[in-house]
Amino acid sequence: MSTVAQTPERVMPDRHYLNDNYGIRSWLLTKDHKRIAILYLISISVVFFIAGIFASLIRLHLLTPNGALFTPDTYNKMFTMHGVMMVFFFLVPSVPAVLGNFVIPLMVGAKDLAFPKINLMSWYIYIVGVTFAMAAIVSGGVDTGWTFYTPLSSGFLHTNVIVMVVGVIFAGFSSIFTGLNFIVTVHRMRAPGLTWGRLPLMVWSNYATSLIMILATPVLAITLILLGLERGFHIGIFDPKLGGDPVLFQHMFWFYSHPAVYIMILPGMGVISEIIPCFSRKRIFGYSFVAFSSIAIAVFGFVVWAHHMFVAGISVYSAMVFSLLSYAVAIPSAVKVFNWTATMYKGSISMDTPMLYAMGFIGLFTIGGLTGLFLAALGLDVHIHDTYFVIAHFHFIMVGGMVMAYLGGIHFWWPKMTGRLYPEAVAKLAALITFIGFNLTFFPQFVLGYLGQPRRYAIYAPEFQVLNVLSTAGASVLAVGFILPALYLTWSLKYGEVAGDNPWRATGLEWQTTSPPPTHNFHETPVVTTEAYHYGSESEEEVRVVP
Amino acid sequence: MAQQKEASTFGMWVFLVTEIMMFGGVFVAYMIYRLKYYEGFVAGSTSIDVTWGFINTLVLICSSLTMALAVSAAQRGVVRLQKIFIIFTMALGLVFLVIKGIEYHQKWVEHHVPGGTWQTFDPQDIHQDLIKEGKTPQAATEIAHQTEIFFCFYFAMTGLHALHMIIGLILMTWLLLRVSRREFGPDYYTPVELGGLYWHFVDIVWIYLFPLLYLINRTHGKI
Repeated sequence: MSTVAQTPERVMPDRHYLNDNYGIRSWLLTKDHKRIAILYLISISVVFFIAGIFASLIRLHLLTPNGALFTPDTYNKMFTMHGVMMVFFFLVPSVPAVLGNFVIPLMVGAKDLAFPKINLMSWYIYIVGVTFAMAAIVSGGVDTGWTFYTPLSSGFLHTNVIVMVVGVIFAGFSSIFTGLNFIVTVHRMRAPGLTWGRLPLMVWSNYATSLIMILATPVLAITLILLGLERGFHIGIFDPKLGGDPVLFQHMFWFYSHPAVYIMILPGMGVISEIIPCFSRKRIFGYSFVAFSSIAIAVFGFVVWAHHMFVAGISVYSAMVFSLLSYAVAIPSAVKVFNWTATMYKGSISMDTPMLYAMGFIGLFTIGGLTGLFLAALGLDVHIHDTYFVIAHFHFIMVGGMVMAYLGGIHFWWPKMTGRLYPEAVAKLAALITFIGFNLTFFPQFVLGYLGQPRRYAIYAPEFQVLNVLSTAGASVLAVGFILPALYLTWSLKYGEVAGDNPWRATGLEWQTTSPPPTHNFHETPVVTTEAYHYGSESEEEVRVVP
Repeated sequence: MAQQKEASTFGMWVFLVTEIMMFGGVFVAYMIYRLKYYEGFVAGSTSIDVTWGFINTLVLICSSLTMALAVSAAQRGVVRLQKIFIIFTMALGLVFLVIKGIEYHQKWVEHHVPGGTWQTFDPQDIHQDLIKEGKTPQAATEIAHQTEIFFCFYFAMTGLHALHMIIGLILMTWLLLRVSRREFGPDYYTPVELGGLYWHFVDIVWIYLFPLLYLINRTHGKI
């Protein structure tokens, strides 16, 4: 590293992965995990804004009790397409395929992921999936809800369910390949000295996510294939006319889709575990607890699926077991929240943009998590099932949690990805706007749900209007909060201040190489001699000197 | 190189885990309905011609053997043997698919193809067999009706398996091309080995499908 140490700080390296070669072919045929991450970043941002437009239209429609914009049928299509696009095409790939793809090989000190070609293939498969989904949307839309429940989806609706389902299956294969790549990379490609106990927590949480991806996603694939067969050829495994059971579809669907909730939050927790120690200048509190709580969440996540089905006619005894197990998930989640706050305690906290997002995450995730316990309680769930309470709960986790973490991570690693800093003041403002807009949008929905406004209805009772107007107003604030980063991050690509190798003085191997990194990540294979997050120890001086 | 081979083999095993989970989903559904409609499953299973299924099982076991021999030929770097054994494996795979086709055709002729698309499901023969066994006409009608969901599983499971066989054949074609370019030898034979793992996996799935679909209580408890 001696040559690197002598380069003056805040200078772009001459050669890096972005200027190693040029032209569209060098991007579309790249096997570099960093470029594939950028490809994912661009494509999921497009998906995010399309799905966001659906969300805005939903909120606009709900300005008035009788619905301001659409017929009920169109409204059904709106929330379905919002859900499908956000869940399968944005949230699932967001942190793993963009940030994970970019930083995991760097964090483990490898030249690339274990299977670069499969990594590229996963992006193409994702694009095929998006194409199918867009085709389904453009040719009339789908109105089943993102859950595709039978028999509604298999026999009663005449929209493009099969096309959409094929798109989702492709997206699933894409995430299977990402997960497979991560697992093999973490097992086989760690740098010398990088033991499991020294792995950054981002790697641990993405490893746990990958386990879920490879174990749960195939079940979604077979479930949706059976749904497709039933719809296309009336091979009726879920068809009551032949003695089939539609509730079996729900079991199989949630066997994937509940663990998928953790696919959508665990990587975000990993990002937070990176940001908090860095901007508190402290070691993470209870490293092994945070690491193993990720695995615990992944494991528990597989045995709680029927809490989505308490009112679907499952037996009381199984409902009690699933309720109890659902409570168990709260334990590892709480371990994480407590350890993050304990890390911040007496730390020298600096309120940079990533830290603002991380602190937003902790607060909103806690609210989202605690209201999850309400829904896991059998008696209460009967009352608030399928109301806006559920909507508010999972948006607190998915938007307040995962999207916040994703944005925090984007800001945290943006200097590493592009070599440039974003304008800090505007970024802080955007983080604040997002936080305010988010709360204004979704907090009223808890009240609405508790008072009994059902989800997925195009109209509502007039007494709910005030809270709905609040929520819609919040949504427009939130939209500003999301559009701002898209603008100033793009701006910073050209005009941003040069970041230097380690603008946050962070630990971790990804900060020891140049920003942006060279195509093969490191000029020399790094050797790890310390634990992760050695902030505040003697060796931090060393970290400051060596860029 | 050794690290790469290790990583690839590990990756293949992880991939096979995802395959197990995928087949696992439909196996679980099968199990639930088998417990629910046991008589229908017995009647449907008994109506299938077990000979073809048995021959197909033998064919696949032989193809696993030739596949393993192909891997060992690759390890030793004997190009001619690699070619021969891969071609044998492919031929056996094709024989399997042809027999499967014959069986599907039989189902069509016997009106055992389920589903509303063709509207041809009409298991008269099963109904008559049940009457011969001494079931009341009413019970026979009900059980014959239950066989439809059995055949749903039969086609879904064997169809998914056949799809995997076809993918396997494509893999073998690709391996054959690489073999004829003399790419494999004692130093590098990972693709052959991984292709072999996949092939064996698909065979093993059949080893489970055969008893589950063809051999449900055929002897009616009398061995």
